[in-house]
Amino acid sequence: MNEILHLIENDAHLTTEQIAVMLGKETGDVRELIERCEKDGVILGYRAVIDWDKTDREYCTAFIEIKITPQRDRGFDRIAERIYRYPEVKSLYLMSGGYDLACIIEGRTMKEVAYFVAQKLAPLEDVVSTATHFVLRKYKSDGIVFGAVTEDLRGCDFI
Amino acid sequence: MKPYRELISRTVSKLEPSGIRKYFDLLDSMEDVVSLTVGQPDFVTPWHIRVAGIESLEEGRTYYTSNSGLLALRESISRYLHRRFGLTYAPDSEITVTVGGSEAIDSAVRAVVNPGDEVIIPVPCFVCYEPIVRLAGGVPVLLETTAENGFKLSPDALRAAITERTKLLILPFPNNPTGAILDRDDLEAIADVIRGTDVLILSDEIYAELTYGGRHVSVASIDGMRERTILASGFSKAYAMTGWRLGYVCAPREISKEIFKIHQYAIMCAPTTSQYAAIEALENGDSDIEMMRSEYDRRRRYIVDGLNSIGLHCGTPEGAFYVWAQVGRFGLPCEKFCERLLYEAGVAIVPGTAFGACGEGFARISYAYSVSHIDKALHKIEGFVKSL
Repeated sequence: MNEILHLIENDAHLTTEQIAVMLGKETGDVRELIERCEKDGVILGYRAVIDWDKTDREYCTAFIEIKITPQRDRGFDRIAERIYRYPEVKSLYLMSGGYDLACIIEGRTMKEVAYFVAQKLAPLEDVVSTATHFVLRKYKSDGIVFGAVTEDLRGCDFI
Repeated sequence: MKPYRELISRTVSKLEPSGIRKYFDLLDSMEDVVSLTVGQPDFVTPWHIRVAGIESLEEGRTYYTSNSGLLALRESISRYLHRRFGLTYAPDSEITVTVGGSEAIDSAVRAVVNPGDEVIIPVPCFVCYEPIVRLAGGVPVLLETTAENGFKLSPDALRAAITERTKLLILPFPNNPTGAILDRDDLEAIADVIRGTDVLILSDEIYAELTYGGRHVSVASIDGMRERTILASGFSKAYAMTGWRLGYVCAPREISKEIFKIHQYAIMCAPTTSQYAAIEALENGDSDIEMMRSEYDRRRRYIVDGLNSIGLHCGTPEGAFYVWAQVGRFGLPCEKFCERLLYEAGVAIVPGTAFGACGEGFARISYAYSVSHIDKALHKIEGFVKSL
């Protein structure tokens, strides 16, 4: 199963037929497994990786360290939920170390992100403090290098 | 001065440059070709290995190493061969680090072949053996392997080919271009033929890490064979290090010291930067091998299925990263087929005759390419085949 998941994690475009051929399995079995993974929430979605810097879209990404007071009964989960429900929040992780939650926010402008932190995030009851770091440039994301050269540099002799 | 042709060595001037000039000239003249011709990995050398090379430069390690290569590298090679293939070679006397597997092959042949000695070469195979044997004054004896035999070397054919002049048997498995391998049973059968003769073996195991059924078995691990085997291998295919030009040759001490002399006088030592990188590859690169091998394996299944389903029949290669496809059934000589495929569909594959006359009817198709690249080529090939 993990081999199939690795394959589609790497290239969600692959069809079940292609995967079956590559792994020497039956197409039906591959389809069944993928459907089960989708149903069980092992596969949560399929999406493209886009280098927005190559478009005219304006956007701004920030990495925010959040310290919070955990709640007696529900630990960090409730406050995490309060935070991740905002569509501006792209990612949210519970961390070990000097702060509790790492949050990646995306907005149109720096001002918009700053406003979100000041107006929505910081005032939350259990949030003790936030530290906002703006992303200046994305070099690599989810294993993909942005702006990498994909040219075939091999000498073309056949031997 | 006399005309150049009279000044050039007669042996060398008789050698043909590799390839089929007409086809490769045409290929060079065309743009936007989807190529499946390249005989080297598409992976870049894993980063940690590149870093080891970079760091060696930063530390100023820019001198010759000892002629036979860094002792630390020879020790790594020795451990690696034991770990992966159960072989035992002494780092101080049985291993020479060479400029790629190519130098390993050349120096091995030159070390043992006397003028007039016969060298048995199973064909089709990599294009270098025959010219190297000729340069050494040897007589190549080509032994054709066939599709019926899965392009394995037949023990009976081998027995029939051995004469009192036979000095060396070259075993190029896993094979470029056919993708054939020799498993333990195959090797045992060959060993039965060789045992009791004075025939030496040059085993070119450059593709040893790229087998897809089971682990590669070295002929040197078969009973009684180590004493007569020269093992040539290298880093190019296993670690995607073609441009680093690094290989090695292992042989019993008495043979090794003769190979060493050729290497010492002709080469001095293999590139120092590459040697440092190679230590890192051997010590921490097993998972890189596995990652690349599984990727080739998936592509292999994909391209074999694709080619067969569009009517370009081929067996399933068990090693290396080539498919040896039957193009003869379309009624065209393989060079013509490949020329038209290139011209009409913009796809380049290597005509079988580039690997000698016995390659007629076949073409070598490399799958050292991404699946999407292979897919694109398959679609174009399909259109072409339908038009025939």
